[in-house]
Amino acid sequence: MTNGSILNSKFFKFSLICAFFLISGIFPKSAFSQESTSENKEKKFEPKDVILEHIGDSHSWPVALPFVEEKHIALPVILYTDKGLDVFSSGKLLPEGTVYNSGRNSYKLEENKIKVVDASGAIDEAASKKVLDFSITRNVISLFMGIALLLIIFLSVSSSYTKRVGKAPKGLQSWMEPLIVFVRDDIAIPNMGHKYARFMPLLLTIFFFILINNLFGMIPFFPGGYNLTGNIAVTLTLSVIILFVVNLNGNKHYWKHIFVPNPWWLFPIMIPVEIVSIFSKPIALMIRLFANITAGHIVILSLISLIFIFRTIWVSPVSIVFVVFMDCIELLVAFLQAYIFTLLSSLFIGMAIEEHH
Amino acid sequence: MTGMIGTLAAATTMYGNIAALGAGFAAIGAGIGIGQIGGKAVEAIARQPEAISKIQTNMIIAAALVEGVALFAVVVAMIG
Repeated sequence: MTNGSILNSKFFKFSLICAFFLISGIFPKSAFSQESTSENKEKKFEPKDVILEHIGDSHSWPVALPFVEEKHIALPVILYTDKGLDVFSSGKLLPEGTVYNSGRNSYKLEENKIKVVDASGAIDEAASKKVLDFSITRNVISLFMGIALLLIIFLSVSSSYTKRVGKAPKGLQSWMEPLIVFVRDDIAIPNMGHKYARFMPLLLTIFFFILINNLFGMIPFFPGGYNLTGNIAVTLTLSVIILFVVNLNGNKHYWKHIFVPNPWWLFPIMIPVEIVSIFSKPIALMIRLFANITAGHIVILSLISLIFIFRTIWVSPVSIVFVVFMDCIELLVAFLQAYIFTLLSSLFIGMAIEEHH
Repeated sequence: MTGMIGTLAAATTMYGNIAALGAGFAAIGAGIGIGQIGGKAVEAIARQPEAISKIQTNMIIAAALVEGVALFAVVVAMIG
């Protein structure tokens, strides 16, 4: 009965998929719905501004629901000035250009940075440089969310390991176990030898932190859609951690290899080269992760912006198909960049702790 | 005569950023590099199909490293 029915035919499945894409092309990603509904006059669509706004950091979190105008959740602004601590909601600075007087200083948002304005409304650059900005921006909140998710997952997995000693893994444990064993057997042990256990927490943290933040950056709506690992400050922090771990754990052979080159007459060339390479390896890690993730976000946003540049609905199916294809590549890149960062970190640590043989 | 040269210069003005040219060259480099890696990997698989998963892993790692270098150039182009 089911063998001859039309639902089994390959052509039907193929045309169902085509129909799905064509119909979904009618509803472009709703984060842009504000652009087309609230414009009364024909303002030219500037893709560069939209893209930079999506991949950058901001003091408010835009939440977009279909067919509703885009709302911004205002996040707290915390400024440490030399007159004291100022805490207020960024909603007071919101339609960009509004001046807010907090009793100590007046502030204005310019290009997502907070600047001090004096009484006449002009920006006071010297005073703006002295204000330290500790605000909870979009990236900070997303960092907290990522940390909360990581803690929830791993604390529950570790507690279920202690409760179910010797029994087969069940539930979330069995989901995480292949990944953790993969990091241990394919990344840690081949590169670090038998002393890997000391560095496993670091490698696991780096791997899952980068992976979770990459994956969440690809989700277009509320709890995702932020660009944390594409923020160079975050990747800089990760690579500084690796720099410290590698150099503080380096044993005698590591330092001898750097400062005493083998034929002694290569001294003047090899020592600067080796010193530069101590720093260039973490810098390469930082730029590789940052550029891969940011470039992926830019490509996807540009392909969606094609619809708004051409302003016709017939570009939508083409654009959506390309975006789905690019999203699959981005999924691969998310896993791959987490894997490469962890692999190279374990390689560097392995080179630092390796015994002479 | 100078008027003609001036018109010619105005007609062939370059629009946009020269940094985009740099990013384009980086893309050429990445394309050549990853193409070589992919080609050699496929040849190796053809010679010894049992080693397919090891070859694939190493190919992906090498491709990510080469792409990293190309992205350094893209980052410099973005800053410039």
